[in-house]
Amino acid sequence: MRPGLSRRSVLAGAAALAVAPAPPAATPARTHTIVMERMRFGPSPEGLRIGDTIVWVNRDPVRHTATARDGAFDVDLAPRASGRTVIRKAGTIPYICRLHPAMTGRLVVAP
Amino acid sequence: MFRIIVLAGALAMGPAAAAQEAPVTDAQIAHIAYTAGQLDVEAGRQALAKTTDPEVRAFAETMVRDHAAVNEQALALVGRLNVTPEANPVSAALTEQAAATHARLAGLEGEAFDRAYVQNEVAFHRTVNEALSGTLIPSAQNAELKALLETGLELFRAHQAHAEQLGAQ
Ligand SMILES: [Cu+2]
Repeated sequence: MRPGLSRRSVLAGAAALAVAPAPPAATPARTHTIVMERMRFGPSPEGLRIGDTIVWVNRDPVRHTATARDGAFDVDLAPRASGRTVIRKAGTIPYICRLHPAMTGRLVVAP
Repeated sequence: MFRIIVLAGALAMGPAAAAQEAPVTDAQIAHIAYTAGQLDVEAGRQALAKTTDPEVRAFAETMVRDHAAVNEQALALVGRLNVTPEANPVSAALTEQAAATHARLAGLEGEAFDRAYVQNEVAFHRTVNEALSGTLIPSAQNAELKALLETGLELFRAHQAHAEQLGAQ
């Protein structure tokens, strides 16, 4: 057993008692935006973590989707609409637009 | 074949030549872009009425959905700009060529139809892409019209890539 880990759990436990509804995560969950514009996904955000939210913003006049190849998420976006996904797992998650297979991207989520 | 060469010539005319010989106005550009979209919607509808291949169906549905959506935007824009789209020889050539293709494809079934439809979609999108990047976008005067055409070009390029991918299978 590593002493550092145990101290962190104790601290996290204390924090959870102090502010009951907050998750015992080391870093608070963040929200990131990925813009779909001119038939492309914008750059993938850096430093993604489990629990973070991706807001997908479709600025095109046509419908798009943000669909994980492994089925982890599938967001359907009307023209000029936006939608969100909460990241549930670590690793590299490739995604595409189901309607426009040339549109691709990938999320890299820290373990 | 002759018709395709004439069309390519008319569409490939650079902005300088276009300005001297046949000025391309925003009203004409809007008409050409709208016509191209409408023709691809009609081709997609023909495909949806004939094909049973799931990938060809999905592609045709995307063509109908995307071009209808962009044309709706184009109509809203010309209405706001108080521009009336104006018929012109390029729109007429596109329409005439599409009618010939429609008639040819009507006589085909099954895989022969799918192949011909996809091949024509590659060629059609390529022709329109060249017209957009070579003539229509450089000639467009209104900034909003130019921006919509630029988005349209990216859309047509993505569709061309999609059609090429289908055709390679
Ligand atoms: Cu898309």
